Amino acid sequence: MIEAVGLTKRYGAKTAVYNLSFQVRPGVVTGFLGPNGSGKSTTMRMILGLDRPTSGHVTIGGHPFRQLPNAPRQVGALLDAKAVHGGRSARSHLLSLAQLAGIPAQRVDEVLGVVGLQDVAKRRSKGFSLGMGQRLGIAAALLGDPQVLLFDEPVNGLDPEGILWVRNLMKKLASEGRTVFVSSHLMSEMALTAEHLIVIGRGQLLADMSVTDFISANSADFARVRTPQTEPAQREKLTTTLTEAGGQVLSEPDGALRVTGLPLPRISDLAHDAGVRLWELSPHQASLEEAYMRMTQGAVDYRSTDDRLAHLQAPLQPGQPGYGMPPQQPTAPEVSQQGWYAPPPPGQNPYAGAPQAPAQSPYATPQPSDTTKDAR
Amino acid sequence: MTAPTHHHAPAPHAYVSPIPVRRAHLGDALASEWTKIRSVRSTMWTLGVMILLMLGIGLGVAAIASASEAPMGDESALGFGFFGMLPASICVITLGVLTIASEYGTGMIRTTLTACPSRARVLTAKAIVFFLLVFTVTTVFAALVAVAQVAIVDTASEPTGAEWLRATVGAGAYLAMLGLLSLALGTLIRHSAGAITVMIGLLLLPLVAALFMFSAALRSVQEALFTYAIPSQMIALYSERPPFGDNGPAGWEPLLIMAGVTAAALAGAYALLNSRDV
Repeated sequence: MIEAVGLTKRYGAKTAVYNLSFQVRPGVVTGFLGPNGSGKSTTMRMILGLDRPTSGHVTIGGHPFRQLPNAPRQVGALLDAKAVHGGRSARSHLLSLAQLAGIPAQRVDEVLGVVGLQDVAKRRSKGFSLGMGQRLGIAAALLGDPQVLLFDEPVNGLDPEGILWVRNLMKKLASEGRTVFVSSHLMSEMALTAEHLIVIGRGQLLADMSVTDFISANSADFARVRTPQTEPAQREKLTTTLTEAGGQVLSEPDGALRVTGLPLPRISDLAHDAGVRLWELSPHQASLEEAYMRMTQGAVDYRSTDDRLAHLQAPLQPGQPGYGMPPQQPTAPEVSQQGWYAPPPPGQNPYAGAPQAPAQSPYATPQPSDTTKDAR
Repeated sequence: MTAPTHHHAPAPHAYVSPIPVRRAHLGDALASEWTKIRSVRSTMWTLGVMILLMLGIGLGVAAIASASEAPMGDESALGFGFFGMLPASICVITLGVLTIASEYGTGMIRTTLTACPSRARVLTAKAIVFFLLVFTVTTVFAALVAVAQVAIVDTASEPTGAEWLRATVGAGAYLAMLGLLSLALGTLIRHSAGAITVMIGLLLLPLVAALFMFSAALRSVQEALFTYAIPSQMIALYSERPPFGDNGPAGWEPLLIMAGVTAAALAGAYALLNSRDV
């Protein structure tokens, strides 16, 4: 069990982590998400007593890390796969850590086997690939067979087989009753590995909830509608009809329409009434990745320090094809085809809180307010 | 914040490792540091080069002195050990700095301090292992060189027992102490190249600066620099009387001065290592 209370870290004028409170419970894999520079690594370093919090505190099993009676036997961590002396062999590296922690030397060969590095144990780690480095780091974390495990970006540089292995390893470790806290940028990977999520943005807590709750609270489901490409007039007609009926319509580059705020049957009825033939009418559910992008985009609202990035977010000019057009615009603005799209500027998110959307609509976006409340 | 929205039932049993748990102590840290220092090539390289310099220069100087057949009066041949000690000190400085600064350079220090949250224990273990290793190696080779020099240069007088002790154990202890000062400085500066540069500057610059102090107004500064520069103190270690002028350290005093400086630097290193973020 890791417990942070009011954790704050300032470096000079820069606030890396601000008033962060959360708990990481044993028995499940807890994902730790946040954009680059959001304070994930700083938080992990504070958990491990490497950095001193400016205010607040964080404990593991009730004790600050540096006061734990047998710290390396209770907590294992992978912070940075490259944090090894490149001139030392994998075995010597692990042996020195085992000796430091009072762990029997035979445990070194066990963990080398667990991570699959037994054949290169005598090689200097300088020649290791990033994936091998990650395995070595995971081996170091497992040395003490600890109850609490922290992994910072453990699947970085791993091949698909390695990613699958890490995923199963995390789940297995958690199922044994351990506390497993994993940070990652790979949202799809987190969706498969983690059960619980802690999301931070700009050093502040954005969400602390299960993965399924997180997706449903932050998803942006939509319907993709395609009209015959040969008749562009039909597309415009349908756009006008759907907009008048209260839907929001965005245009995708290949001519399809992205509709939110209207259920699928209603779109079909409206098209029928307008005499527009449909080539495609399909539901699309947001991935964790999309939910995460929406969530962390909201972090802009919570910024505590001045934002030097603000000038980079140029406001969209009217008439310019883009994502943030007013929903009432009859001609559908364009969005990119992929699910991974540039988030809208703050306050202009056409998916957020469509007031006309009927409450029972399967595409109605739930108000993200319940998650933001959580952050306070 | 409010309580998290989703509560998981805690696992029925917290995980308990089958590996017996025992408290780690300084002995474990010493074993770990010994593994670390012997498993990197920089240790072998710096110590290997140091041995070559001590042997090569020590024997070379003795051979030249023997060939010149110049009378040496009541001086013993042990004083020639200084010429090997000066270049050897650069190797010791490098190794001392690298012992800790390489951990900062690679990020290994975070892994180390995660495996042992007691930072003082880590630094103590590093200091002890480093000191004993350098002291042993330099004493052994200083003794070898001293024996050879006394045997080769037959115009010099026979050294006394105290002189033998200072030329072997004293020289080894002085170099190891200088290395320990480098280790403390490496802890404070946390950067290999930076700390090595500072240490080599500390070793050589006072003497170089003093060489060019022609002005009479700076005479006292020049004298102090000449007397207390590290190379001068190494020479003083081999001599009963102050080698430059009437004042200044001689005999075992240079070692005490170096020990004092090192103790102060180590105290600073402990304090900063304990309070600083890594």
